[in-house]
Amino acid sequence: MNFFIVSVIKIVLVFAVFMTTLAYLQWVERKVLAHIQSRTGPLRVGPHGLMQPLADVFKLLTKEDLLPPYVNKFFYLLAPFIAVCLALISISIIPFGPEIEVGGTRTYMQISDVNVGILFILAISSVSVYGVALAGWSSNNKYSLMGALRSSAQMISYELPLTLVIVCPLLLANHLSLRAISDSQAGYYLGFIPRWSIFQMPFPQIFGFLIFMVAAFAETNRLPFDLPEAENELVAGFHTEYSSMKFACFFMSEYANMVTITCVATLLFLGGWHPLFPAPYSNWVATAVLLFIAIACFFQAMRPARKRDQYTFPFFGIGFLILAALWTVPSFQFILIPIFWFAGKVAFLLFTYIWVRGTLPRFRYDQLMHFAWTFLFPCALLNLLLTALFVAVF
Amino acid sequence: MIDTILFIIFAILAIVSGFNLVLQKHPISSALSLIGVMGSLAVLYLLLGAEFLAMAQMIVYGGAVMVLFVLVIMLLNAGREKGSTKSWFAQIAGLPLLLCLVALLGFLIRAILPPLRSVEFGSWVGGTAEHIGQLLFTTYLLPFEVISILILIAILGAVVLARKELD
Repeated sequence: MNFFIVSVIKIVLVFAVFMTTLAYLQWVERKVLAHIQSRTGPLRVGPHGLMQPLADVFKLLTKEDLLPPYVNKFFYLLAPFIAVCLALISISIIPFGPEIEVGGTRTYMQISDVNVGILFILAISSVSVYGVALAGWSSNNKYSLMGALRSSAQMISYELPLTLVIVCPLLLANHLSLRAISDSQAGYYLGFIPRWSIFQMPFPQIFGFLIFMVAAFAETNRLPFDLPEAENELVAGFHTEYSSMKFACFFMSEYANMVTITCVATLLFLGGWHPLFPAPYSNWVATAVLLFIAIACFFQAMRPARKRDQYTFPFFGIGFLILAALWTVPSFQFILIPIFWFAGKVAFLLFTYIWVRGTLPRFRYDQLMHFAWTFLFPCALLNLLLTALFVAVF
Repeated sequence: MIDTILFIIFAILAIVSGFNLVLQKHPISSALSLIGVMGSLAVLYLLLGAEFLAMAQMIVYGGAVMVLFVLVIMLLNAGREKGSTKSWFAQIAGLPLLLCLVALLGFLIRAILPPLRSVEFGSWVGGTAEHIGQLLFTTYLLPFEVISILILIAILGAVVLARKELD
């Protein structure tokens, strides 16, 4: 019974945080892209457009739910459902921190610790092609079908280097459970180099990490590999015929896939929740970063770019001060510090996603396939062989 | 208790999907039913404690093989099957013959296999990746290597055939 209650609490917490992240990731993306392109981005709804995600959700919910007469009805309705369910399910086995003890109950900071965790992620990602493929096919529209076919071919092709590269950290960690993989990366060489997979001896996985990230971009259909929804060629690709909530499902699944794959990258290559440098110093990084943001807010409030900034920025500043204070309370530290490191790494990788989107142009389709099969795949294979050799010899 | 309920749910799902696979007229519906069968079987493996096998089932059959099926069906844009004009023999004798076959198979399986103990969910622990790896690289090393060579030959064959198409 205790297990049941704890599980329900964890599920509710993770679900709430995950959904909020998805909604605000889209706001962050629009803001960052806007600043890359010298614009301001969403600004009207709430202070600095912070209420924009809520407005978007409301808009998508209240729009007319069109059902085109020429579609294959059953599969047309099934496809967004498959896409969003499979995208949301993977978060259930992602560990966010070590084992903790709250009020006498010991529990993992994770919904469930599956001992074939990484295989579960791969299984889900290989099945999630169906959402896109069915959507494109059942829409009965040649642009949709082209988008779906491209997407399926791309996801199948890039799954190969992705899987080959995932094997390398597994070889170093000797385990399939995500928690065990992350725990195997605890500790430091010479007292300051973290034992993360990308630094780990005998064969550091820096190249592996780069290959993983490239393949992950393609797996989640993001720029520069967003051929399935290339606007100038395919209108909107596989979700051309979808509107309102059904479109929102695809949108949400794209962002959920992004978050999941960055979580996996963090766990496999960047040591999960283990900090960049040893414990007594790294405990204060969160506080320092939040304090810095708070000071920046106050500084901005003193020289406002717009008039209302002098009222909004102090509020943000006080908020960040409270957060910084929260991270110094010893009885919260054992929960908050691992979460800070995990969230920080995931946020950095997500920022990289958006950064790349703002920087690189789209590939041509034949270039995309050529790149996967003649460059990325051999590189991943070579990386695997070298890692296996080094692990076997040393 | 929960194990038994899950077993009943997914066993029924597997059987229903299997029937649906044969009864559906549209190839895509059939293919999706087949994925349903694979997925339910994966859950049954999981209930028996074969975690690795369950995930392999989902990755290889549920993912790779069936994606290929679905893609081919979509590319060919196969429409609804036209029912063949049924012969009088199939119409009259089809169902009785099917029942005979099922009964015969059931009888043979009962006769050939030794009497089995009833399954206790969660009592068997040989299904982790370590156990399977151990078995593959000791007891079943020769079959494992032979199969890998067979698959290599198949890959080479596929590459050769694809090359010819391109020229």
